[in-house]
Amino acid sequence: MADEALFLLLHNEMVSGVYKSAEQGEVENGRCITKLENMGFRVGQGLIERFTKDTARFKDELDIMKFICKDFWTTVFKKQIDNLRTNHQGIYVLQDNKFRLLTQMSAGKQYLEHASKYLAFTCGLIRGGLSNLGIKSIVTAEVSSMPACKLTSYFLTNVFSSYLSGLVVFVSCFCYLEDI
Amino acid sequence: MNYPLYIRSVPTENELKFHYMVHTSLDVVDEKISAMGKALVDQRELYLGLLYPTEDYKVYGYVTNSKVKFVMVVDSSNTALRDNEIRSMFRKLHNSYTDVMCNPFYNPGDRIQSRAFDGMVTSMMIQVC
Repeated sequence: MADEALFLLLHNEMVSGVYKSAEQGEVENGRCITKLENMGFRVGQGLIERFTKDTARFKDELDIMKFICKDFWTTVFKKQIDNLRTNHQGIYVLQDNKFRLLTQMSAGKQYLEHASKYLAFTCGLIRGGLSNLGIKSIVTAEVSSMPACKLTSYFLTNVFSSYLSGLVVFVSCFCYLEDI
Repeated sequence: MNYPLYIRSVPTENELKFHYMVHTSLDVVDEKISAMGKALVDQRELYLGLLYPTEDYKVYGYVTNSKVKFVMVVDSSNTALRDNEIRSMFRKLHNSYTDVMCNPFYNPGDRIQSRAFDGMVTSMMIQVC
C-alpha cells in the first residue's frame, strides 16, 4: 500500500537529514538521537490528542498501555504490538517482531549499529503520547536482531520516588530482562 | 498545575467573577474524576455534566483523556439550553482543541492564540446568547 511507504520514506529522510546537518561532535554526543526523539515527542502529543478524542476514558495505566499497543500502534504502523510485558510497577516492555521502520533495512544483524537512529523517533512518539495522557516516562529501545525490536517504558511516578526508583529500576530491569 | 489555556466570557464586564467561578469549579471536576469508580455517572464518558448550580449560573464540565478540562458557565435564565446541546458544544471545543494541538506554531502548555479557535468560540457564544 502506497500510504504505508509515505511515512517510512519520510522517516528515513528525517533521520538522514538530521545526521547530514549535524554540527561538530553532535553525532558522537547523542544530540542527533535527542533531536529525533524530541520530534517524536511533539508528534506523539498531537497524535494522542487526535486518537483519544472519541475513545472512552482510560481506567488505569495498563489500560493506557494496551491502547498504545493496539489502537495507537495499528494506526501508526498498521499492526499491533506483538507482546506486552509488565512488572506492574511502572515498567512496560513492548515487543514488535517486525517493526515497520526496520523491515526494509535488514533481516538479521546487518546494519544493526544504525538501528538506534531509526528507533529514536518512535521512542519519542510513545513518550509524547504518554506525557499528554498524564504519564511522565522514559522510553528506550533495544534491537538484537532486525526487524524485531523491544521498547521499554519506565513510568516516573514523582521526583522523590524516582531517586530511589532510579536505583531499583536499574537493578530490577536486569533481573527482569533475564526472564525473557 | 491548573492554569487556563484559554478563557473567554461574554459580556466582558464582570470577567473576573467568571474567572473565579471557573477556578473554583476545578475542584468539583477533580472530585468527580476521583469519584468515578463509585459514582453512578458512566465512568467511561468524557462529559461530566452539571458540576454545580448557583443562583444565577449553571456550570458544566468535560475532561479529555489528555487531562484537559473544559468548563462552561451558562446563565441560569437560559432554560432553552438542553443537555445534548451542551454536549455538542463540548465536542466542538474538543475538536478545535485537537486541531490546535496539531498546529506546528502551538507549543503544548501555552495559552491558545489560534484565531480559528477564537472564531469557533465566538460563533458558539453568539448562538447561545
